[in-house]
Amino acid sequence: MSVSQTEFTRAMMDAGQPVPDGLIDHQDQPAGRRFSVYRNNVAVSLTEAMHSAFPVIAKLLGKQNMDGLAGIYLRQHPPSSPLMMFYGEHFPAFLEGMEQLQHLGYLGDVARLELALRRAYHAADAAPIAPDALGALTPGQLMDTRLSLAPAVQVVCSPWPIHAIWRYNTENGAPKPEPQAQDVLVTRPEFDPIPQVLPPGGATWIRALMKGATIGEALEQAAAADETFDLGATLALLLQGGAITGLDSKG
Amino acid sequence: MLDTAAHDRLPAAPGVGYKPQHFAQITADPGSVKWLEIHAENYMGDGGRPIAQLRHLSENFAMSVHGVGLSIGGEGPLDTDHLARLKHLVGWLNPASFSEHLAWSTHDSHFYNDLLPLPYTDTSLQRICDHINELQDTIGRRMLLENPSSYLAFAESTWSEPEFLAEISRRTGCGLLLDVNNVFVSATNLDFSPQGYIDAFPLDKVGEIHLGGHDEDEDGHGRPLLIDSHGREVVDPVWALLDYTLAKSGPKPVLIEWDNDVPDWPVLEAEAARAATALERVPA
Repeated sequence: MSVSQTEFTRAMMDAGQPVPDGLIDHQDQPAGRRFSVYRNNVAVSLTEAMHSAFPVIAKLLGKQNMDGLAGIYLRQHPPSSPLMMFYGEHFPAFLEGMEQLQHLGYLGDVARLELALRRAYHAADAAPIAPDALGALTPGQLMDTRLSLAPAVQVVCSPWPIHAIWRYNTENGAPKPEPQAQDVLVTRPEFDPIPQVLPPGGATWIRALMKGATIGEALEQAAAADETFDLGATLALLLQGGAITGLDSKG
Repeated sequence: MLDTAAHDRLPAAPGVGYKPQHFAQITADPGSVKWLEIHAENYMGDGGRPIAQLRHLSENFAMSVHGVGLSIGGEGPLDTDHLARLKHLVGWLNPASFSEHLAWSTHDSHFYNDLLPLPYTDTSLQRICDHINELQDTIGRRMLLENPSSYLAFAESTWSEPEFLAEISRRTGCGLLLDVNNVFVSATNLDFSPQGYIDAFPLDKVGEIHLGGHDEDEDGHGRPLLIDSHGREVVDPVWALLDYTLAKSGPKPVLIEWDNDVPDWPVLEAEAARAATALERVPA
């Protein structure tokens, strides 16, 4: 009696399935409860991975609820690669699809922020431009310039106060979140990712830059998205975060 | 004092599984610890702190890269993306040793984050040898293959585990990683003599020894069932089995694995110091 890995995994991921025939103990008896070691190991290790990947979601939900959701998630979305540092990419949409979590509409976007922080943590290193490099340009040259951004740069947009929620759950004494939309920029000046709230239109501007627009072209898009868009403030956030790694002023 | 010797081979001395929370203490004073082991998959990001720390450690310690995700025992083909990632890591880090497991963890493109068991048959033997040849050709070096912890057996198996591992080594040229705690766990769970297992093991092929803690449970018939948890100190009978092994094998690199409920550095260092004492008793 041979046991295929298809049978093994099916029984391992569904405790309602019988233990495959052909798995035995040292007295040639059916393995029975011994098989549960693998069921437990997989469920526990993936549940722990979800807790460490989404600590703020786990805190918002409480350990018991997080354990329960992770148990469902890991069966619907087992890891697709051995790189556990990136596990959970479908978790935001999974949370938004859970009927019983509809009253906590912000969970999905908070999970997206936690994913963005993790991606930034593991992103490639990149040296920022000299701080005065932009100052050497005339205003006309500046508008025609394209910026290269560090691989760590991430933007997460939300109708919810996701930065305030994240801060309230990670920082002692942080203010209580107020209802508002927040777009968040993640940069990694050295090794620790830093999330910061973007001014209105800022996310549109940075995403246009990422697609290869000049500063001026991106500015038009950002101003169309929000007429109060503050170019100087948004540019300063990128510079402070060491997020600009190259200039192309050829126009 | 940092070890300034060449780092191209693991010394026959204690090492520990590296945990980032110990970085400052290891770099300040590693105590008895002469080399470090990392899990390959934790260092496959593109950059940031993990890679920077690893680069720093590799300048001061002999390093062992221990893969936990290649699924060498898998029925399907090896994941070529993952092979490429291993080649990249081993290429830039140039560690003293690379090792993986006699186990599988991936099936149908799903990774289960655990070391799953396989039957020891002529069919699985051929498949594993093919996978090891593919890996060794890809990374351009010899690997060590580790014996698993067993909680159950396969009725279809026709090879004993030591003979199976010896034959894999003979056919592929790979070395072996002997986990003495795994031997103790499997021997308890499957009711065989751990010393008999060591006696049957090709100790001349062993490039590294692992030690770790295990948990105690019981099976459905109330018999002891040990779980390889890496979450506590190595127990005395496993230290005794290390002594038994080293007396036969001579000095080897000995690693302490502590992956869950990771203790403060002095507790882990004390385990390494105990391994140093065991190694000192062995005639070179």
